[in-house]
Amino acid sequence: MTATSAIVAEGLEKRFGATQALRGLDFTVPEGTIVAVLGPNGAGKTTAVRILTTLTKPDAGQAVVAGYDVVRYPEEVRQRVGLAGQYAALDELLTGQENLEMIGRLYHLPRQVARRRAQELLERFDLVEAGSRIVKGYSGGMRRRLDLAASLVAAPPILFLDEPTTGLDPRSRLSMWDLIAELVAGGTTLLLTTQYLEEADRLADDIVVIDHGRVIARGTAAELKARVGGEHLEVIVSVGSELPVAARVLSGFGVGAVRMDTESRRISVPVTATQGLLTRVVRALDEEGVQVDEAILNRPTLDDVFLALTGRTATVETENGERTEDNPNRMEAA
Amino acid sequence: MSTQVNVLGRETAAGPSFGDRLKWGVSDALTMMGRNLRHIPRTPELLLDVTVQPIIFVVLFRYVFGGAIAVEGTSYINYLMAGIFVQTIMFAAMTSGIGLAFDLSKGIIDRFRSLPMSRAAVVTGRTLTDLLRGILASLVMLGVGLAVGFRPDGDVGGWLAGFGLLLLFGFAFSWVGVTVGMLARTPEAVQAFMFVAIFPLTFASSAFVPTETMPSWLRAFAENQPMTQTVDALRAYVLGQSPGSAAWQALAWSIGILVVFFPLAVTLYQKRTAH
Ligand SMILES: Nc1ncnc2c1ncn2[C@@H]1O[C@H](COP(=O)(O)OP(=O)(O)O)[C@@H](O)[C@H]1O
Ligand SMILES: [Mg+2]
Repeated sequence: MTATSAIVAEGLEKRFGATQALRGLDFTVPEGTIVAVLGPNGAGKTTAVRILTTLTKPDAGQAVVAGYDVVRYPEEVRQRVGLAGQYAALDELLTGQENLEMIGRLYHLPRQVARRRAQELLERFDLVEAGSRIVKGYSGGMRRRLDLAASLVAAPPILFLDEPTTGLDPRSRLSMWDLIAELVAGGTTLLLTTQYLEEADRLADDIVVIDHGRVIARGTAAELKARVGGEHLEVIVSVGSELPVAARVLSGFGVGAVRMDTESRRISVPVTATQGLLTRVVRALDEEGVQVDEAILNRPTLDDVFLALTGRTATVETENGERTEDNPNRMEAA
Repeated sequence: MSTQVNVLGRETAAGPSFGDRLKWGVSDALTMMGRNLRHIPRTPELLLDVTVQPIIFVVLFRYVFGGAIAVEGTSYINYLMAGIFVQTIMFAAMTSGIGLAFDLSKGIIDRFRSLPMSRAAVVTGRTLTDLLRGILASLVMLGVGLAVGFRPDGDVGGWLAGFGLLLLFGFAFSWVGVTVGMLARTPEAVQAFMFVAIFPLTFASSAFVPTETMPSWLRAFAENQPMTQTVDALRAYVLGQSPGSAAWQALAWSIGILVVFFPLAVTLYQKRTAH
């Protein structure tokens, strides 16, 4: 481990009754970088985040965050990290503004500073109008944004976001991604967990894939995708006899061997630069007189990564093993 | 080059001084109290126990039992009020445990735990809130009491001493509530348990009737439990009499309860929240 690791986890273990949630989890997050912990439901993501943010004690192993051991110096760690958990941790009966102000006061900001900081954050997260209403009436997306704002009250150098977009509708997810990208542009160290390869790809410098409480792979999104064969362009042509022409056209766009299946009239080729690719491919095929029934860009998902890494798909651990706290905020869409 | 270290992390942390700890502990508790107070207008039913309930008790006891129960030396309403004051302060104190059990069932507790705030403040904030609710309840009752014939003639010193004992008792009792709240699984369980505890304490005491007519076994209990001592002291003070040994005994009970239940409640809270 280097002196510039903002987060170090070494051999973390945690058991809940019969469930071994973490089995020797190791990873580091260099200062100023964004690392995504990618894994299916039940992989141990939340447990890892809770240990790193001092909410849970590990049974074994060590974790150092911002230079401090999380078990021995929890106070020091708490002063330096912000957390937006998997379920929004907000006071339902307080307004957005009151929630943020209270948190500011609990970080020991002077009253005026706490108030100003709350207003600033509400503006930044597009919650000014909602800020004077109590959280009970907020949509899922609004809660998530307020919870994220809450984690930023003290402008912590290290931020933890546990599944920041799970349960959000696609539009809220996109705006959340933009918000997060903007947030960390200033050099904040970010550890985020996710079940979506796309999300990790979009936000993180580096991805740590975990399964059953252990790291099973680490690398950039490009490296992981390469291991699963990357993105594929698939085209189904209308007339079987046009397959060879289509294959010739597609090979010009691909980065590997073109595969053809005459029976289903399907051609597939690995690709990399995907921006505007489909349009160009369809246009090129059209110019050659090839009729296309279907053209899709297959992006690898967490399932593909898992299949490549473990030989099985990412199965959901146990539905009822999920934390069962009475939590009304779970999974509402904006 | 990166530096290799054997033991991860820094070896020392310059923690805050005792003075800072105390200062921030108080500040955090007041912040938490502010939060609890903001909840009240948004869930006004939380005030029923310190407004409507004591009014009902005063009126019912005054008119239902007032005619049947004769007490020596003063009117029944004058006798009754101290009992109602103490009973109400106990009900007010119960909400600490319920509120805390409620907090623990919600996501907000994780937010508090991830902040560099005083751990005890979440609990202390609750008991301070109940102290304020107790003061409100006392004022409501005083008003209703005066309206239905309560004619106290204690002096200012007596009132201050009596109310000091009353509020101290309520504050001490709210730590019992917190302890129960930390042992019970749900807010409803806390409520049920506290009701079961409060009723025998209030009825087997000098709150509503003199203890002299009780059978000796019950009387032994009634005359040696904290509620009776507190009621007797408060009654004497507001009626302008000398409380005798009741004042000291009431004070000793409250301090004793605090000494036992404050650390117990905080320890249980830490335990419940340290997964
Ligand atoms: N408080 C808990 N009590 C019992 N089991 C738990 C608790 N928290 C997590 N688990 C179990 O530990 C495993 C890992 O859970 P978690 O860390 O929440 O995974 P993830 O966040 O990746 O979905 C799961 O099998 C889960 O059921
Ligand atoms: Mg999780």
